[in-house]
Amino acid sequence: MSIYPKNFRYTREHEWVRVDGNTVTIGITDHAQQELGDIVFVDLPKTGTRVEQGGTLGSVESVKAVSDVYAPVSGEVIEINQALATAPEKLNADPHGEAWLVKMRLSATKELERLLSAADYQAYIGAEK
Amino acid sequence: MAAASLRATPLNSVHRALGAKLVDFGGWEMPVQYSGIVEEHQAVRTGVGLFDVSHMGEIEIRGSEAQTLADFVTTNHVARLQIGQAQYAGLLYSHGGFADDILLHKLTSDHYFLSVNATNQQKDFEHIRGLNRFDARVDLTSDHYAQLAIQGPQARATLQKLTPVELSRIRYYWFVDTTLDGSPARIAHTGYTGEDGYEIYVAPEVAERIWNRVLDAGEEFSIKPCGLGARNTLRLEARMALYGHEIDASISPWEAGLDWIVKLDKGDFAGREALLEQKQKGVRRQLVGFEMRGRGIARDGYEVWLDGAPAGWVTSGSPSPTLNKSIGLCYLPAGAAGIGRTIQILVRGQLVDAVTVETPFYRRAR
Repeated sequence: MSIYPKNFRYTREHEWVRVDGNTVTIGITDHAQQELGDIVFVDLPKTGTRVEQGGTLGSVESVKAVSDVYAPVSGEVIEINQALATAPEKLNADPHGEAWLVKMRLSATKELERLLSAADYQAYIGAEK
Repeated sequence: MAAASLRATPLNSVHRALGAKLVDFGGWEMPVQYSGIVEEHQAVRTGVGLFDVSHMGEIEIRGSEAQTLADFVTTNHVARLQIGQAQYAGLLYSHGGFADDILLHKLTSDHYFLSVNATNQQKDFEHIRGLNRFDARVDLTSDHYAQLAIQGPQARATLQKLTPVELSRIRYYWFVDTTLDGSPARIAHTGYTGEDGYEIYVAPEVAERIWNRVLDAGEEFSIKPCGLGARNTLRLEARMALYGHEIDASISPWEAGLDWIVKLDKGDFAGREALLEQKQKGVRRQLVGFEMRGRGIARDGYEVWLDGAPAGWVTSGSPSPTLNKSIGLCYLPAGAAGIGRTIQILVRGQLVDAVTVETPFYRRAR
């Protein structure tokens, strides 16, 4: 069984998106946390911030490296995962669940079509190696 | 993923089998981590860790004037060494900047063994040969050695199981030529982690067997194979210089705070005149440690600001697994490099407060 939920959409920059009506939850993929290693710092935008698809949403830092997080879709940030400020290591443990990064109000549903399915994303990271 | 041109150590397939994450490190395909940098880091601070550092280079100087040449190309006092003793030193250009930092071992009165940085080995070899106007021969012998580092409070107990030599009798910065698991080995009581430990040199053909034996011997201490990621956080906490970061051709030992490896009174050596001149005039910048106060992690190359203007740069920056803080080293103008001073680091477009602190950040209990 795949660790990449079928009901998520994915980006080539290793973010995932879960759609609930007009709201999306965004996180980084298991592949991303594995590549980064021990995550020690998460920088997220303030609620109310408006971001364009592909714009910088924040950053995730491991002991060794820093990596930007890009917005998979355009919209307004309505909630951030406060728990990550004090427990960034949750991103290593549960990147597709408890350690989501932000929730956004979607401004253009059409943008979701550009994202990858779970199968396509897995093929993509397989090919990347 | 690895380009065909990457060089591999004799342990490359072992790293793959252990599931290491391999990266291009200055042209070598090296493990950056196995189980995770923090876990490996803690293994060395509290137990024992094993590193493959076979990418490091070896240069040997032999001949009746080997000591004269060794003293001429390094900053430390080679003539003061006894057989079986090792010494940390700088290899300087005539203008006083670092060609490399090295560990020199005195094998006999006419044979010296140098452990040098991987990416600098060819350059070092040519540098030393270029300064050789003595009755001495210089050889680059990196292909004859694999180098492993066994580091941590349980390093001695681990290694002791494999060698007839009484390790407690090898003092810090001394070494012996002996056997490990029956194979010839040079065991040096040195390291790059700020922890007790050993660096061993063996033939490449036996490297895999020795690696596995060390892991077996350390099992009761929960030994962990450790990658270059942990090696970097460990050495940074101990404020040990890394070539290309704290030191390079544009940096002198005075600036890097490495005065203790410079022996101006030993006679002439490469870079001495420039160092004398710098000492008289005073240095322009100095290496200083800092801790982040605001949220953020300083990374190598970030700008350091003082009083609202750029004033220096971060040479190494990382979260410190031992101290649970974000730490770093940076160059600041010499007059501004005092301890307890508030500085700012330009972290991805934002100035974040930090304060200069005493180093090393971590010192082991002895």
